Amino acid sequence: MTDQIKYLLCLADNALILGHRNSEWCGHGPVLEQDIALTNISLDLIGQARNFYQYAASLSGADHNEDTLAYHRDSHEFLNTLLVEQPNGDWGVTILRQFLVSNYQYYLYQQLQHNSDVTLAAIAAKAIKEVTYHLRWSSEWVIRLGDGTTESNQRMQQALHLLWPFTYELLQPADYETGYIDVTKIKQLWQDKTNEILAEATLSIPNNSQPFIGGKTGAHSEHLTAILNEMQSLPRAYPNTIW
Amino acid sequence: MVNSATIQEQKVWDVLANITDPEIPVLSILDLGIVRKVNIYNNSITVTITPTYSGCPAMDVIGSSIKMELLALGFIKVEVASVLSPAWTTDWMSKAGKEKLKAYGIAPPSNKPQVCSLELFAPNEAIQCPQCNSYHTHRISEFGSTACKALYKCDACKEVFDYFKCY
Repeated sequence: MTDQIKYLLCLADNALILGHRNSEWCGHGPVLEQDIALTNISLDLIGQARNFYQYAASLSGADHNEDTLAYHRDSHEFLNTLLVEQPNGDWGVTILRQFLVSNYQYYLYQQLQHNSDVTLAAIAAKAIKEVTYHLRWSSEWVIRLGDGTTESNQRMQQALHLLWPFTYELLQPADYETGYIDVTKIKQLWQDKTNEILAEATLSIPNNSQPFIGGKTGAHSEHLTAILNEMQSLPRAYPNTIW
Repeated sequence: MVNSATIQEQKVWDVLANITDPEIPVLSILDLGIVRKVNIYNNSITVTITPTYSGCPAMDVIGSSIKMELLALGFIKVEVASVLSPAWTTDWMSKAGKEKLKAYGIAPPSNKPQVCSLELFAPNEAIQCPQCNSYHTHRISEFGSTACKALYKCDACKEVFDYFKCY
């Protein structure tokens, strides 16, 4: 598999798995408007994933399409970060993760929209319009909850302890990524924005946390297997079914 | 002098003008500004469209509608191609489309070309209530019944309404 296809799959898998995680909130959100907000974000992410999968399938030459890539690969073949596959936790964990990822995608797609690969650039230029809404919405919620009541503040601080070790992987490029993006620049922008929002949310970044990495090279937590069991069950039970 | 190809192309545009967005049935795909190009070659036609939002579920239905309608018009081969660049923007929505949206009860996207800014807790844009025309409205949620809309409430007539947000 070429680096180009690996990189497209990494982008697609991150979007698909986070979209799927968020969709688990459908009908369970704390208030209707925010339930709808999160499912709308899921829809955007799954749409972005489709664009990346379609492009990857067109390059792979083999008998692939967007569905075979999403539904007929096993967990060790997925290249998403460990962060997006973690369970949703409470609303605070979900919101904080959305902020950490949207913040990353925002600066990532800003760079990719100028990439010399015109198809990749077009997908990114489109996605950035959607991610801007996601980042604004999730930033406001991180601030509202962090700088909210004693309990909401405690829960957000716990969420930050839980998720922070997974952020290293976002900013640690895999071999196949380095040709596409200036990671140092994205890292700086991501850190500045994260520090700004977390400070306003009165949350403290944990120090001395041990990084969790491996997803981008296919070494996943057990949580991904559980997601795939559910997400892929129908297409695997009834291959080539169209509905 | 009008040649046959021109007549045929005009017929195609007439057909396209009657294909609507399944989620906002008052808007045709031409009102939305998603048809980018039509190429006719003998009995074959390619219609190039651009998606609104990356995940808009209406796009697949719109693609099938185009195929069915143009096959019915007599084309033997109909292809619907999708192009992502330049990315669709609400600025491409026609004036007629914006009026239809308002009459349907959805506030149309603001006329000023704009993109979503990252400014947090910004004062709401002045969105006009499609029912009573008051500008005394406030945003309830950034996201509404579909990905392209936000939810607003009018402080004058108390009506809750969708706003087709800028993209």
